[in-house]
Amino acid sequence: MKLRPSVDVAPGRSPRQAIPFLLPALVVLAALVLYPLVFSLIRSFFDATGDEFVGLRNYVDTFTDPRTLTAFRNNVIWVVVAPAAVTGIGLILAVLTERIRWATAFRLVLFMPMAISLFASGIIFRLVYEETPNQGVVNAVLVGVHDMFSPSSQYPGARPREGYTPTEAGFIADAPARAGDTITLPLVGFSPQDVPAQALPASVPAAGNGEVRGVVWLDVSVGGSAGKVDPIERGLPGIAVEAVRDGQVVARTTTGDDGRFTFPDLASGEVAVRLPSSNFALPFRGLTWLGPSLITPVIISSWIWIMTGFAITFIAAGLSAIPRDALEAARVDGATEWQVFRRVTIPLLSPVLLVVFVTLVINVLKIFELVFVIAPGSVQSEANVLALQMWQVSFGTGGDQGAGSALAVILFLLVAPAMLFNIRRFRRERS
Amino acid sequence: MTLVAEEVRIEVPVSGAPKRGVLSRVAARLGNGAIQLLLALVAVFWLVPVFGLLIASLRDESANTATGWWTVFTKPAELTLANYAELVANQAVWQSFLNTFYIAVPATVLVVVMASLASYALSWIEFPGRETLTVVVVGLLVMPIQVALIPVAKLFGAFGLFGTITGVVLFHVAFGLPFAIFLLRNFFAGIPRDLIEAARMDGATEWVIFKRVVLPVAKPAIASLTIFQFLWVWNDMLVALVFADQDSAPITVALRAQLRQFGTNIDLLATGAFLSMIVPLAVFLVFQKYFVQGVLAGSTK
Repeated sequence: MKLRPSVDVAPGRSPRQAIPFLLPALVVLAALVLYPLVFSLIRSFFDATGDEFVGLRNYVDTFTDPRTLTAFRNNVIWVVVAPAAVTGIGLILAVLTERIRWATAFRLVLFMPMAISLFASGIIFRLVYEETPNQGVVNAVLVGVHDMFSPSSQYPGARPREGYTPTEAGFIADAPARAGDTITLPLVGFSPQDVPAQALPASVPAAGNGEVRGVVWLDVSVGGSAGKVDPIERGLPGIAVEAVRDGQVVARTTTGDDGRFTFPDLASGEVAVRLPSSNFALPFRGLTWLGPSLITPVIISSWIWIMTGFAITFIAAGLSAIPRDALEAARVDGATEWQVFRRVTIPLLSPVLLVVFVTLVINVLKIFELVFVIAPGSVQSEANVLALQMWQVSFGTGGDQGAGSALAVILFLLVAPAMLFNIRRFRRERS
Repeated sequence: MTLVAEEVRIEVPVSGAPKRGVLSRVAARLGNGAIQLLLALVAVFWLVPVFGLLIASLRDESANTATGWWTVFTKPAELTLANYAELVANQAVWQSFLNTFYIAVPATVLVVVMASLASYALSWIEFPGRETLTVVVVGLLVMPIQVALIPVAKLFGAFGLFGTITGVVLFHVAFGLPFAIFLLRNFFAGIPRDLIEAARMDGATEWVIFKRVVLPVAKPAIASLTIFQFLWVWNDMLVALVFADQDSAPITVALRAQLRQFGTNIDLLATGAFLSMIVPLAVFLVFQKYFVQGVLAGSTK
């Protein structure tokens, strides 16, 4: 404690002169910050109407309410993952930017998200992670990469009209086939417009000796009759067809442009014709980023996007304050760049890293807008955090200001250590 | 071949740098190229989301529903300013855009004025409890605004300020003050004592010293604070969500209702979000030095 005045008072100066300077700020702070703090504390011991004293019941309810517990869990995930990630990424990028000439431009680009509202950032990332691949860029990229390695099927959603049982492996015929049979295999559930251009009109092949023959066609046409090959109906080219005996695939073929297929040389005995499911697999549509399981990581990623620039700039300022001599001395002694970084830079930088980390933790505890905007209404309870829950309970659907006050006090207690950290740092810097 | 060329170019040794083998020098060169590439990729990664929003705001509803914004590279003809025209013509949205100014400007001016005055007293006038008061201000830096939402809502209700721009402004002033005082006090305290003492010897009043000596010297700090506070208030959503009504809502709150149907409202939301971003982006690009200093001056709130 420094009780001694640090400024010499000129003769005739009176402390009273401070009053007009301090008064406006003090009145506002007292009325709108300090008094509310006390009021919230007291209010948290009363019920929703504010008339009845309920002791600690609001706090007990808070810690047993499943929605609030989800919010707690998410806050823990946020605090554990997000500030460390941003500090780490910020440190790496800050060190790397020291090696490039366009460091200022780079930092400007990464700092830019700090200038825009969390609401706008939320919209930006809602769009980035939008589920349909023709709106959200992340899913568009995922689908593109996926289709490059495993092309999507030609006839998604198509299925045999009847007489086939869907299994994991595909549609398998209920009736067995034997050599000399001709199989007509009408498919439905697919739009004639999507049939490949090379498809020819379908026709039923003549029975062949010792062969199983058949045709696969799209049995969808105006005025056509179900199960019959009508003149304007086309065969479906490129469909894989398998002959299965006792669970084993004994022959495999693909339909031609007219939809016909042939299994030659089938040994005597019965086979079951199967259309493998790969023909009809629905296309890969990407991941449900905004669904209940991925929503918190998604929102954290957007926060990383926002805060990394702050970390880089703060850490870069710290880096430039490190005496070059210390680094050079280590290099002259033969230390590798990694050793210099690990043994000299990091220790000298650790006070700065701590300040960045604490600042980020405070920011994370108060996270509100990002969750509010990015999480669709249906998964907001999954993505919930304390600050959002406090608003919901007090002003949103809840309308319980007793419970809301309890949550506010809990938030206050959570940032209180940071408060002490700041005060201690301030005192140290002054002495 | 290229290796030789590379070697020749870097033969001038940096003073004090240890002598390295050819291999490690080549590795350093390659490493530098890799770093450039990596950082360029990171920068692109940071820009793509904003670029996507911009393009989405320039495509109409049917285009945004049918295809992603990246198809604009093959169909640039789809770009249109119609969304912006529509949004500006929408009375409610335009009013909310103006409201954002009506809130941010007074909240910034009041904070700067009040904080300058208080910071002067805290750094250059001796009075009992000065140390304690300063520490309290430092403690309030991280105060969560949630603590004040319910009590101040009641207070404003009693004074008829609930749902008014004045109420929103007052709340922003209150929660902007601790950081503002912290930033300015640190700067004021660093002003050379001789400057202040000389003025005192000349018989100047505290008010004159504040106005004639301290304020002119403190211009950079005040600029940082102004930019920071303006953007802080401009970008707010939570405070306005609680204290503003439909007529006094800023643009963030006004657009919130459209969030429900995100997929079909992309044109409107992207345009609104970008409209709300134009002012901060312009302020940031023009005054980036001051803004960055403001952010670094203390921890963020």
